[in-house]
Amino acid sequence: MNKLNADTARRIGLSVAAPVLAVALSVVITSIVLASAGNDPVETFTQMIEYAQEPRTTTLIINAAVTYYFAALAVAFGFRMNLFNIGVDGQYRLAALLAAAVGGAVELPKVLHVGLILLVAVIVGGLWAAVAGLLKVYRGISEVITTIMLNSITTALIAYLLTADKLAVQVEGSNNIGTPEIPASGRVGGIDLVPDSKLQVYGLIVLAAIVGFLYWFVIERSRFGFDLRATGRNEEAAVASGVNVKRMVLISMAISGGIAGLVGMPQLLGASYTYSLDFPAGIGFTGIAIALLGRNTAIGVAIGALLFGFLDTSSQILDLEGVPKEIVLITQGVIVLSVVIAYELVRRYRIVAQQREVGRQLSSAAGSEDSKPQGAQA
Amino acid sequence: MSTTLEETPLEKKAPLLGLSKPWRMALYAFAGLVVLSLIRVITGANDLTSAGTVNAAVMLAVPIGLAGLGGLWSERAGVVNIGLEGMMILGSFGAGWIGWQHGAWAGVLMAIAFGVIGGLVHAVATVTFGVDHVVSGVAINILGLGATQYLAGELLADSPGGGETQSPPNSGLPKPSIPGLSGLLEPLESKHWFLLSDIAGILRGLFTNVSLLTIVAILLVVLTYVLLWQTPFGLRLRSVGEDPHAAESLGVKVRLYKYYAVAVSGGLAGLAGGFLAIVASNLYREGQTGGRGYIGLAAMIFGNWRPGGLMMGAGLFGYTDAMQLRNAVAVHALLLVVFALLLGLTVLNLYRRRWISAGVGLVFAVLSLIWYLNTDELPGPITTMTPYVTTLLVLSLAAQSLRMPKASGQVYRPEGK
Repeated sequence: MNKLNADTARRIGLSVAAPVLAVALSVVITSIVLASAGNDPVETFTQMIEYAQEPRTTTLIINAAVTYYFAALAVAFGFRMNLFNIGVDGQYRLAALLAAAVGGAVELPKVLHVGLILLVAVIVGGLWAAVAGLLKVYRGISEVITTIMLNSITTALIAYLLTADKLAVQVEGSNNIGTPEIPASGRVGGIDLVPDSKLQVYGLIVLAAIVGFLYWFVIERSRFGFDLRATGRNEEAAVASGVNVKRMVLISMAISGGIAGLVGMPQLLGASYTYSLDFPAGIGFTGIAIALLGRNTAIGVAIGALLFGFLDTSSQILDLEGVPKEIVLITQGVIVLSVVIAYELVRRYRIVAQQREVGRQLSSAAGSEDSKPQGAQA
Repeated sequence: MSTTLEETPLEKKAPLLGLSKPWRMALYAFAGLVVLSLIRVITGANDLTSAGTVNAAVMLAVPIGLAGLGGLWSERAGVVNIGLEGMMILGSFGAGWIGWQHGAWAGVLMAIAFGVIGGLVHAVATVTFGVDHVVSGVAINILGLGATQYLAGELLADSPGGGETQSPPNSGLPKPSIPGLSGLLEPLESKHWFLLSDIAGILRGLFTNVSLLTIVAILLVVLTYVLLWQTPFGLRLRSVGEDPHAAESLGVKVRLYKYYAVAVSGGLAGLAGGFLAIVASNLYREGQTGGRGYIGLAAMIFGNWRPGGLMMGAGLFGYTDAMQLRNAVAVHALLLVVFALLLGLTVLNLYRRRWISAGVGLVFAVLSLIWYLNTDELPGPITTMTPYVTTLLVLSLAAQSLRMPKASGQVYRPEGK
């Protein structure tokens, strides 16, 4: 019994070791880069951490994380099935544009209005991703290529649609152009989560939590999730057990796109109420990094989203101190790379430990018989 | 050798008119030219085959082609390289940073060196540590962007004429032309005769103001073909990408070859970035690569992981992109080209008795004809889609016959580890 506990403790220790190792490594490398350009690493990090503790910044970090969380979950859902949805970026932008246009055009009771906007976003994102799914299933084109192309096509499509005679109107008091503002009934109010902050946390953080839970439930606890993971791990075995892979690819791609459709929603319903030319872009790519960092699990991705939210938001202070804030991009890149390297090292350590263990048991059981450990390949 | 690495055709087709492959390709190319010329004459969109378009197309195709060539080296050794974009960014920065201080050639070398560094990071992660290739590539894209933006803030901010987001201009490279050719062909081109003027325009576009780096790029494609398909080194490298364990059993140092391939891949991607900062423009600018690394990857897949096909893919991108930048009327005429192309494919599919493909092709052909007839010009943003839509279209028509290196993207672990 005691030994079992020790084993569990070691297993937990090992699985925590990897991310901690990775973050530590990335801090070290970032420090080296900072120091080599004559900046004081300790002071730089201290400034960032202090800045992050201001109530306003904390709120901004959480808000950034909410948005990132949707993007990362969308990517992660695809990853679970070995689908690489690079197209999250295009999917959420198109979804946000059309959802904003619909939301700004109708007048409905509160719940219905918000529901309609979210529904439009999910459907548009899902359908746009399904294009890539269809091309993969029926024409055999890698989703990596199609989603990259669809991203570029989206950019052009939005430029086409976001003009004065199509979906957009002039934004008052500026030369910006955007969809008509969503009326109050379609907005989602903020939550006072951080004490002493004038800013509020996006109300859609609740939706993020729900989607996170559903993600976990569907992937880990449902028949569909089992098929999905099976297909991702070993397609041939999945086929043999009766999984319709084509259908799975299409559905997973659509779901991934549907989640992607939600990425723009916190911003749209909680802050800007319109899709204008300066609507944030590029979050899909951040989502890829966070999904990788969080190992495609609901909890891991949440932590990753907070970490990236912290780095992105609190780095704003650095420019005032004369350190290029792009340093955090280096930190982020190193984290992504080192976290997977760390997992690999831990995996190898486990195998060696396992082999040693098996070897010891065999030699004590079989006495003098010389037996080699087998089957420890993972 | 028990393993043969010859490409096996997926389906045996009766060769058209009994011609061998090079002749068949030449025939296709000529047929394409005739169609293009015909459409030019019908629509009057002379930019379809003008020297200016062709010249611009080459300029736009080279960085995509070089990036794709980088992808080809890496994937042929079994390592997927999504990080091409990041390596390109590194290359463009290296060229911009060194280019204005020590001349364009030094900039080119620095671009390659920076790219190789990116490649080596990718190799360490994927080959030594067995990290998932896509993960590492994504990380390198982030790192490349971050490193250059950070370095630009530190190294270029105070430079004369430069700033945090761009380098001072460099002197560029010479762009020689074949002497006398332009004078000879220009009158012919301006007559707008059927076929003859088109050939004149294309030749003039190809052989005037050719940057030395363009020539280098074309030589690199040839060199890649010779090295990878005609030498023992190439056979070993490709065997690593097809079946690393078989290669290992034959004494090939799998990891070493993967390192070679990924380093070369990075160097080529870096050179692609350098081309942008030295030939396509004369300075490094933030965001200059604009996703061309990804497009290069698409061009490589389009080209079926082969140098020749890759050149065609890059050429297609360059051509539609050039058209889109130069002339909206010409893009409109492209709709008619698409119609002709699809119609041709439909006929081919009918001949081969592939009814469904023929039907789908016909529907799209009719749609593009209707679109063409009912509009005079395409709206600006729609024309910017051209290269991407074309790629999707061509890939959806051709993807079935593509075959990637068998072990591409798989993490290789030596026996017993």
